[in-house]
Amino acid sequence: MKLLLDKAHIEGIRFFDTYRKNGGYTAVEKALKMSPDEVVEEVKKSGLRGRGGAGFPTGLKWSFLAKPEGIPRHLVCNADESEPGTFKDRYLMEFIPHLLIEGLIVSSYALGSNNTYIYIRGEYAWIPDILEQAIEEARSNGWLGKNIQGSGFDCEIYVHRGAGAYICGEETALLESLEGKRGNPRIKPPFPAVKGAWDRPTVVNNVETLAAVVPIMNMGGAAYGNIGVGKSTGTKLISACGNLNKPGVYEIPFDLSVEEFIFSDEWCGGIPNGKRLKACIPGGSSVPILPASLLLTTSTGEKRLMNYESLSEGGFATGSMLGSGGFIVLDEDQCVVKHTYTLARFYRHESCGQCSPCREGTGWMEKILKNIEDGRGKMSDIDLLWDIQRKIEGNTICPLGDAAAWPVAAAIRHFRDEFEWHVTNPQEALT
Amino acid sequence: MIQFSEGTLKKVQEIIARYPEGKQKSALIPVLHLAQQESGGWLDVPVMDYVAGLLQLEPIEVYEVVTFYSMFHTKPVGKYVLEVCQTGPCMLNGSDNIIAYIEEKLNIGPGETTPDGMFTLKTVECLGACGYAPMLQLGKFYKEHLTREKVDALIEECRSGATLAK
Ligand SMILES: NC(=O)C1=CN([C@@H]2O[C@H](COP(=O)(O)OP(=O)(O)OC[C@H]3O[C@@H](n4cnc5c(N)ncnc54)[C@H](O)[C@@H]3O)[C@@H](O)[C@H]2O)C=CC1
Ligand SMILES: Cc1cc2nc3c(=O)[nH]c(=O)nc-3n(C[C@H](O)[C@H](O)[C@H](O)COP(=O)(O)O)c2cc1C
Ligand code: SF4
Ligand code: FES
Repeated sequence: MKLLLDKAHIEGIRFFDTYRKNGGYTAVEKALKMSPDEVVEEVKKSGLRGRGGAGFPTGLKWSFLAKPEGIPRHLVCNADESEPGTFKDRYLMEFIPHLLIEGLIVSSYALGSNNTYIYIRGEYAWIPDILEQAIEEARSNGWLGKNIQGSGFDCEIYVHRGAGAYICGEETALLESLEGKRGNPRIKPPFPAVKGAWDRPTVVNNVETLAAVVPIMNMGGAAYGNIGVGKSTGTKLISACGNLNKPGVYEIPFDLSVEEFIFSDEWCGGIPNGKRLKACIPGGSSVPILPASLLLTTSTGEKRLMNYESLSEGGFATGSMLGSGGFIVLDEDQCVVKHTYTLARFYRHESCGQCSPCREGTGWMEKILKNIEDGRGKMSDIDLLWDIQRKIEGNTICPLGDAAAWPVAAAIRHFRDEFEWHVTNPQEALT
Repeated sequence: MIQFSEGTLKKVQEIIARYPEGKQKSALIPVLHLAQQESGGWLDVPVMDYVAGLLQLEPIEVYEVVTFYSMFHTKPVGKYVLEVCQTGPCMLNGSDNIIAYIEEKLNIGPGETTPDGMFTLKTVECLGACGYAPMLQLGKFYKEHLTREKVDALIEECRSGATLAK
């Protein structure tokens, strides 16, 4: 069942008229007939969890929004999407922009945000034009601006471009960046819901989360909550990449098995050239890598499913996480050491530098991994890597430290033999 | 003396108006994008100082932002900047080969510019196009599913001065 991309294939859906003719903006109509608190209640009932990666219940977060008298509140849409393997928000914004705009209007109404911002990564340089056109169309049809559809509610949406910094996807770094500063994360608490943009109460939500508010309004929170498995309600966008016959963005039901997702023709169509599956990072580069056996079945021998609970079953010993839904597949010819090295380099490059464990640790991990990869490593380097990642984890201001540590830890945990092979076969390691 | 055109100054005012009263600092990154576009693709100190003046900021507030974000250049770059992604998912699909091919073809390494000032090669980290790898960014647009032939055609297109489309 598709709830987000059900209309994505319709010719011209990028434009207002087509979108409206196909049932667009009915969620706004419905919301404006309710009180803001009733809209929040629907989202709570839906069980929707943040699609930016942390999976925090959206309705609960909205109910935490502080409402001090006389101080404006803001909704900020997180479109910074920079986690390696993740490109779902881009797809949504590029092909069905009005879905996001509609979700933003409903959410702004629920939260009382008269000025809402979309913070988009700077490299997605052509997408602001698409979004701004959609915003203009919505405005000229009376869905944005003053007194929307005669409801008395005013709302403006602005697109704000970043300029190349993964860390600005972390919500407090994003807010710093929105204020025109370096993207240095703030210490939480206070959470943005209490003290956010310009010190005002702010809700930061992912693109996909806000788009999901549209089907929730249309079908009702309870009906949405009935779709899915356990606490994984609704559907999820997965961006699949790496060694796959059909990489791309898919909207999946939460009861889909990982095996079916990778191998069935309806989904990713298997691995090119009939190669075998070696490993997979199922939720964006910062979640643990799993070898094929643990990926397809859980530690209890059940089929692993594409949802929050099943992917994390077994904890980090035998499981991983759904994260942002960035699904990276490695075939049997790929080198885990080399892949991990590129990720370590990524995190070193993206560390904001505020905390020593993250700033120094990411640099050391990159260097050591490069040495091992190049056949210049020692056996003791593997233990040293393990030691460094452990000292980063949990000792930093924001979770980028953990995000840098976990991929290294998981690679050593599950593929230690490959690291050792590089050390004992330096000549072959280089070729 | 640096001076934005009337049109650009109007855009700056529009951008400032998006943020709360007195929070014009929020306009800094969007305005720097404009400034870089107007200044041949990079930000020299006088340009940054001009932006500081426009937004009533201390110059240091502008410098510290420019040096933080990877899309702002503080040194001259070629007319066409080829920004090739090298992170994991692209690597799995052969980005190393694409980078090596461009190096060989243009006879420059990452971070370097061709002597005629036409091309700069830059290696970058994940651009959110992992499913369409290998890929590079050229100006406003992405070039995806790269092959040697596509790189050849792209470089030809740049050399012939054609306007680049998506
Ligand atoms: N989509 C992407 O490109 C990327 C996603 N991520 C994901 O980001 C995740 C980490 O994000 P964080 O925001 O640090 O996680 P978090 O768990 O601290 O917060 C999640 C959300 O819930 C809110 N929240 C939590 N407790 C709250 C409370 N008591 N009161 C009010 N609000 C509260 C936070 O403000 C935030 O919006 C990782 O799990 C990772 O998967 C990481 C990198 C990139
Ligand atoms: C280093 C880092 C990068 C992040 N990048 C993003 C991102 O690009 N997009 C996103 O939506 N959330 C990102 N997050 C998570 C946000 O901090 C935040 O949890 C999210 O925007 C909340 O929205 P949600 O509840 O709708 O998921 C990142 C977190 C960290 C620690
Ligand atoms: S953990 Fe890293 S990225 Fe996060 S605040 Fe500390 S230094 Fe910056
Ligand atoms: S890894 Fe190259 S675009 Fe994501």
